[in-house]
Amino acid sequence: MLKNWLKRISATDILMWGIGLIIILGVVWGSVATLSSGKYDSAAWQNLIVTGLTLGSIYALIAIGYTVVYGILRMINFAHSEIFSGGPLVAYYLARALNDNGFLAKQPIVGLVLVALFSMFISMSIAFLAERIAYRPLRKAPRLIPLITAIGVSFFLLYTYKGLFGSGIKDYPQLDILKGRTPFLGMDIQIVYIVILISAFVLLAILYSIVQFTKLGKAMRAVSEDKDTAALMGIDVDQIISATFMIGGALAGAGGFLYALMFHQVAFAMGFFPALKAFTSAVVGGIGNVVGAMIGAMFLGIIEAMGPNIFLDGLGVPAPNQLKDAIAFVLLVFILIFRPTGILGERLATKKA
Amino acid sequence: MSKRLFVLASILMVVTVLLSACGPKAGKAYECTDPLGCVVVEKGAPIRIAYALVVEGPDASLGTDSKRGIEIQIDDHGGTLLGHPIELVGENTGCNAEGGQAAATKLSTDKSIVAIVGTSCSSEARAGFPILSEAGFSMISPSNTAPDLTDPAKHVPGYFRTAHNDKVQGAVAAEFAYNSLGARKAATVHDGSLYADQLQQVFAARFKELGGEVVYQGAVQPTDTDMRSVLTSIAANPPDILYYPIFVAAGGFITAQARETPGLENTALMGADGIYTPDFLKAAGEASNGMYLSSPDFTVFGDAYTKFQEKYEAKYGEKVLNVFHAHAYDAAGLIFAAIEKVAVDVDGTLYIGRQALRDAIAATKDYKGLTGNLTCSESGDCADPKIAVYQVTNSDPATWNPGAAADSNPKKVYP
Repeated sequence: MLKNWLKRISATDILMWGIGLIIILGVVWGSVATLSSGKYDSAAWQNLIVTGLTLGSIYALIAIGYTVVYGILRMINFAHSEIFSGGPLVAYYLARALNDNGFLAKQPIVGLVLVALFSMFISMSIAFLAERIAYRPLRKAPRLIPLITAIGVSFFLLYTYKGLFGSGIKDYPQLDILKGRTPFLGMDIQIVYIVILISAFVLLAILYSIVQFTKLGKAMRAVSEDKDTAALMGIDVDQIISATFMIGGALAGAGGFLYALMFHQVAFAMGFFPALKAFTSAVVGGIGNVVGAMIGAMFLGIIEAMGPNIFLDGLGVPAPNQLKDAIAFVLLVFILIFRPTGILGERLATKKA
Repeated sequence: MSKRLFVLASILMVVTVLLSACGPKAGKAYECTDPLGCVVVEKGAPIRIAYALVVEGPDASLGTDSKRGIEIQIDDHGGTLLGHPIELVGENTGCNAEGGQAAATKLSTDKSIVAIVGTSCSSEARAGFPILSEAGFSMISPSNTAPDLTDPAKHVPGYFRTAHNDKVQGAVAAEFAYNSLGARKAATVHDGSLYADQLQQVFAARFKELGGEVVYQGAVQPTDTDMRSVLTSIAANPPDILYYPIFVAAGGFITAQARETPGLENTALMGADGIYTPDFLKAAGEASNGMYLSSPDFTVFGDAYTKFQEKYEAKYGEKVLNVFHAHAYDAAGLIFAAIEKVAVDVDGTLYIGRQALRDAIAATKDYKGLTGNLTCSESGDCADPKIAVYQVTNSDPATWNPGAAADSNPKKVYP
C-alpha cells in the first residue's frame, strides 16, 4: 500500500507540497505576528470581515453567471464582465433622473428597487441577446470557437459602452437612508453593507431554490447532465439555455447595482476586475457548482479584505495593501494545488467523467 | 515607328534627369549639419507639433485641458509660424507607463514632427521619453512633476517641463499640514506611480524635518476599488492628516471610503494636483467636501491669465478643466519661440535642426509666460513654481471655480 503510494508520487507532487508548505508557513507566521502585536482591535477586524463578506456576496452574484453557463454549455462566458457592467451603466441614467426630479429623496426604497430591477433587466437582456446572436449559431461548433466568440462579444460590448457612456467616471446618487452605521447582530455595521448583504443572500437563496425545487431548475440540471437525452425527454434545450443565460445575467445586473451602491461610482471598464475575481471564485468553488461558487466568492472576498493586514503586516512588508490581489491569488493557487477541481468540484468531476 | 518612340523616350528621359538634377541644386543652398538631423518643412507645408497627453479615461481632463492650452497658443500665433500653418497631431498616453511607451513609439516614427508637448503623467515620460530622445525629439511637459525626471543624474536629453518640480509641491503641502493645520501625525498613500510615490516621499521627508511624525506610508493599485483594508491599517493609529497625491479613480475611492472608516473621522484629507479637477468631485461625491488639494497658485498668474481664461471659455464653452492648461500654453510658447530662433528659411522651405532646437529651448531665459518668468535649467526644469493649497467647499462639480474669493470652490487657504 505504502509502496504503491511511494511509486505514484512524482517530483511535481513534491514541488507542489513544498510550495503549499511555504504558503502555510508564511500565512501562519504572518498571522501570529500580526495578532500578537495587537495593532488592530476587534472593531477593526470586524470592519474588515464585514467588508470582505459584502464584497464576497457581490462576487458570488457574478460568479453564478459563470458557473451556471459552464454547467450547461461547458463554456466560459467571457462576456460576463460586460453583462455585469451593462446593467449599472444603463441604470445610472435612471438613478440620475430619479435623483434629479426628487423621487429618490421622497421614495428612497421604491426608487432603489426600481433602479435595481432596471439594472437586472438590462443585464438580463444583454445576456439573452449575446446568447441568441453570438453563441447559439455556434452550438455545434468545437468548444474553443464559442470561447473565442465570447471574448469578441466582450470587446464589442466594452467599446460600445465606451462610445455611449464615455471614458470618464460617473458617481451614482447617494441616498441619505443608506448613510451611517447601525448595530446589527451585535456589530456596528454600515447600513449600505447590511442592505447589500441581505439583498445578495436573498437573491442567492432564490436562485438556489429555482435550481433545486422548480421545474425549470430540474430541466436545467437535466440539460447540464446530458443535452441529447434531455431533448428526448421533451425538454426544449434552447429555451433552457436561454433561461440559464438570463438568470445569470439578472444576478450579474443585481451584483452590478450593489457594486454601484457600495462604491458610489461607475465607469465603462468597471466590469473587468470584479468579473475576473468572480470567475476565479467560480473555479475555486468548483466550476459548474452553484454552492461552490458562493463559497469561493465569500472566501475570496474575505481574503482580499483581510489578507494584507493579517498576513503581511506582521511580517513587516512595506505597503502591504498593494499586494492584496497577489495574496488572494496565491491562496487560490494553494487551494487548487490540493483540490484541483475546486472546493466542491468533485461531484461535477465524477458526473462528467 | 518604334524608332521614333525610342527617340522620344530617350529625350524624355534626358529631360527628366536634367530636371531632377536641377532640384537638389536649388536646395543645396542649405546643408543640414545638425548632429540630430533637420526637420524640413517644404514651402506651404505645415509645421507639425505633437501632443502626448492623456485625453481619454478617468484622467482625461488632465490631458484635454493641456491640449486646449496648446490650441489657444496656436490661435494666439494666428495659426501660423514663420509663414507656415501650425498643425497639431497627437496620441493618447493613458496616464500609465505602458500608454506612454506606446504613444512615444508611435510618435517617434513620424519624422515630420518638430517637437512634442507632453506627457501628462510622470510615469509616461519615464517610460516613453527615452524612445523620443533617441529619435532626436525635444519634448516639454506641462504636467510632469516627479523630481526624478529633472534630476541631473537621470535627466534624458531633450526633456523639459513647464510644470513645477514636486520638491516644491511636497514641501509646501507638508508645511501647510504642519504649520497651518497643526497636524503632528501624518499618513501617506501612493499608487505605485512615479508621481505619487515621489511626491509622498518629499511630503514625508519635509513633514519629519518640521518635527512631525509619519505614522504610515502605504500604497494601493490605481485600479483598486476597495480601499477599506488600507484605511483600516491607517485607522489603527489615526493620523491628523492623510496625504494621498494620486489620480482621479483611486483618489475618489479613498476619499469616499475614508469618511466611512471608523477612526478616521477627525483626519484631514489632502490630495495634490493630480486630482485638482471637477472630475474628482464627480468620482468622490459628497465626501470630497472640506478636502485639501495642493496645486499651482492661479491667483498670482496675473492679467494675461485672466485673458487666457476668457479665450478658453469662449472657445470651449466651459471653464478650465484641470490644472495645467497655462503650463501647456507656455510649453507650446517655448517651442514656438525656439523654432523662430533656430529655423533657417531658404526660399520658403524651413530647416529646423533638432539639436539646435534643444539648445534653444534649454537657453530659454526670462520667457514671459502665463505661469511666470520661465528660465530653463540644464536638467530641464523651466518652471517658475508657485504652489498654493486649496480647500474644496462644495462637492458639486458644477460649482468648480478656483480662486481666493470667499465663494470660490476650491478656495485658496495657504499661503
